[in-house]
Amino acid sequence: MSDFLSPNLVVFAMTIAAAFLSFYLATGRVRKQAIASQTKSHSLNQYYGFYVSLWVLVPAILLALMWMFAADPMLTSAAKARMVDAYPNLPESFLNLKMAQLVNIASGYIKAPDAVMAAQAELLRAAQASADRARSLTLAAVMCNGFFYAFRRVSPELRARVLCEAFLRRLFFLSAVVAILTTIGIVASLLFEAVRFFREISLFDFFFGTHWSPMTALRPGDAAAADEFVAGSTGSFGMVPVMAGTLLVAVIAMAVAVPIGLFSAIYTSEFASWRVRNIVKPTLEVLAGVPTVVYGFFAALTAAPFFRDLGLFVGLDVSSQSALAAGGVMGIMIIPFISSLSDDVITAVPQSLRDGAYGLGSTRGETIIRVVLPAAFPGLVGAFLLAISRAIGETMIVVMAAGVAANMTINPLESVTTVTVQIVMLLTGDNEFDSVKTLSAFALGMTLFVITLLLNVAALTASRRLGQRYE
Amino acid sequence: MDTVVDMAKAIKIQAKDVNVFYGEKQALNNVSIDIEDRSVTAFIGPSGCGKSTFLRCFNRMNDVIPSCRVEGSIMMGDVDVNSLQTDPVLLRARIGMVFQKPNPFPKTIFENVAYGPRIHGLAQSKTELDDMVEDSLKKAGLWGEVADRLADQATGLSGGQQQRLCIARAIAVGPDVLLMDEPCSALDPIATSVIEELISELQQRFTILIVTHSMQQAARVSQKTAYFHLGTLVEYGDTKDVFTLPKNEQTEAYISGKIG
Repeated sequence: MSDFLSPNLVVFAMTIAAAFLSFYLATGRVRKQAIASQTKSHSLNQYYGFYVSLWVLVPAILLALMWMFAADPMLTSAAKARMVDAYPNLPESFLNLKMAQLVNIASGYIKAPDAVMAAQAELLRAAQASADRARSLTLAAVMCNGFFYAFRRVSPELRARVLCEAFLRRLFFLSAVVAILTTIGIVASLLFEAVRFFREISLFDFFFGTHWSPMTALRPGDAAAADEFVAGSTGSFGMVPVMAGTLLVAVIAMAVAVPIGLFSAIYTSEFASWRVRNIVKPTLEVLAGVPTVVYGFFAALTAAPFFRDLGLFVGLDVSSQSALAAGGVMGIMIIPFISSLSDDVITAVPQSLRDGAYGLGSTRGETIIRVVLPAAFPGLVGAFLLAISRAIGETMIVVMAAGVAANMTINPLESVTTVTVQIVMLLTGDNEFDSVKTLSAFALGMTLFVITLLLNVAALTASRRLGQRYE
Repeated sequence: MDTVVDMAKAIKIQAKDVNVFYGEKQALNNVSIDIEDRSVTAFIGPSGCGKSTFLRCFNRMNDVIPSCRVEGSIMMGDVDVNSLQTDPVLLRARIGMVFQKPNPFPKTIFENVAYGPRIHGLAQSKTELDDMVEDSLKKAGLWGEVADRLADQATGLSGGQQQRLCIARAIAVGPDVLLMDEPCSALDPIATSVIEELISELQQRFTILIVTHSMQQAARVSQKTAYFHLGTLVEYGDTKDVFTLPKNEQTEAYISGKIG
């Protein structure tokens, strides 16, 4: 067998072929039976085909998945046990390295460095081969079993269409469950690490501490602080300045995005003819497609120097990583988000309200300000809250354009840092993932998650209030 | 009632050769009509006959529709409603409108009625505004039901109450003319009869033009009836004549239920 035709690929191809074959056989069977018994089948012939194919495919897929999760770890742990015997005095971390090497040797990516490893690799390969054979046989058995069970049930009376429908319903339900479970899994892993962090650092120090410098020990020339850190002091994990920086950047972003986004939405929904609207709306939405890293360039290389030079010109001291530049560019990024959502909300205000206002002798402006915007208000608030949560969670722009030092300031001309920047700083590079320093990233992430979650819930509630009012 | 109809009345509005186009399509052909002061004139006819379009000519509501073009003259006193010189915003303060579906603003009951006086600066003081709101709600027959909850949301009222609130809102601006576009089509029979009684009362103060799908309603509330068919005014006369002795075959077919 050539390398290209790996055993997995062959098994996959055979499975698909079996599904097609059973489809063909089932439709043939029901057609013949219907003719023989002179009755009309309950469902179209193809549904009998789908029904039998599903009985062949679905158990096989489930089995293959279970195999993947169960068999590979078993193989690995068996190999590891053999390795422990072969190298009795190796410490755990070296053994893990050897294991990784072994798997690569067995797969044929690298050559064995010595005879012991070669022998071990041969054992692993043999075990894998026999596991593959066992899997193929089991799969074949399961498919045959499914086929004969379903095939024998095929008859014109079988309600195949209803059964296929039930399968679809379960498939869609399962997809929804997978999405939710994944979310729960992510939150759980975040929570797990955050709890480990809070075993070291108290909740109070983290949420109310005003000094943030997790890297203290790495900063040369600051011996006192370094000693403090080594001694396990809790002073340097106060998130207040980081959160303050995040909020400052988000507020600047909203100050840019809300007026421009809202006003452009009013223009597209109330004033623009459909022809103009069809040009302006998609153009605005192109802004949403620009990768945030590009906004990052723009903030770091264009906006920040511009604000600094402008500051010099009027005699102000503007940091080259000012919150103003990062927040301003982030605001530009959020404009399409706000304008698009606000446009939907404003368009959803019934025309009858506008007619009512015009009928009372309102001008266009009066109609918008006194009737349309108040009616759209809950939805607009929802849009703004969603935008804030985007701004708080945004990473790339601030990584590139905002600072690293956690300054406690509300001066937009100074450099601040944000939660997302700190998480990136803490988790990139060579890190042990169990130091307090890296764990603090999970605590920050958890905090960020909770805040954005609350904002999103508030936004949904606000928009739903608008929806209810107009059915 | 008969004595009222028999009295010769002054002409309030004179429409002459009104043509309306939606893009290329002509929706109304040379409609001319004299509307009597302080009376109810009903526009009837099958769907798509142009009666609502015609009603919307009287307060220039067709301006809102981009492709719509109105020709001809509609004289109210010495003002041509349809002239470019006439400001539709000021015009609509003199000609109120009530729509098919009740459309109260998502504000309080008080704010709904106060809306018109506020934007037109009609009230000099808070007490004056309060009086105007009370007066309008009384004229619309709603005061008794909402007097103690003016600060409640208007959207919480029943459909019939909402429609009377919309009438009060229109009255508050102090118009001479009220346009009603099928004002009862979204209401139940009881709310409908309340509105119909109200229309008969309002007729003493306002000139009312009403579009309706219900011929019984036209017969009950109006003194004059205009029958429209395919964009033309087929027959116009005293309601009792139109309903008892229609001159035109089409009118008779519609009234007797043969077409519609």
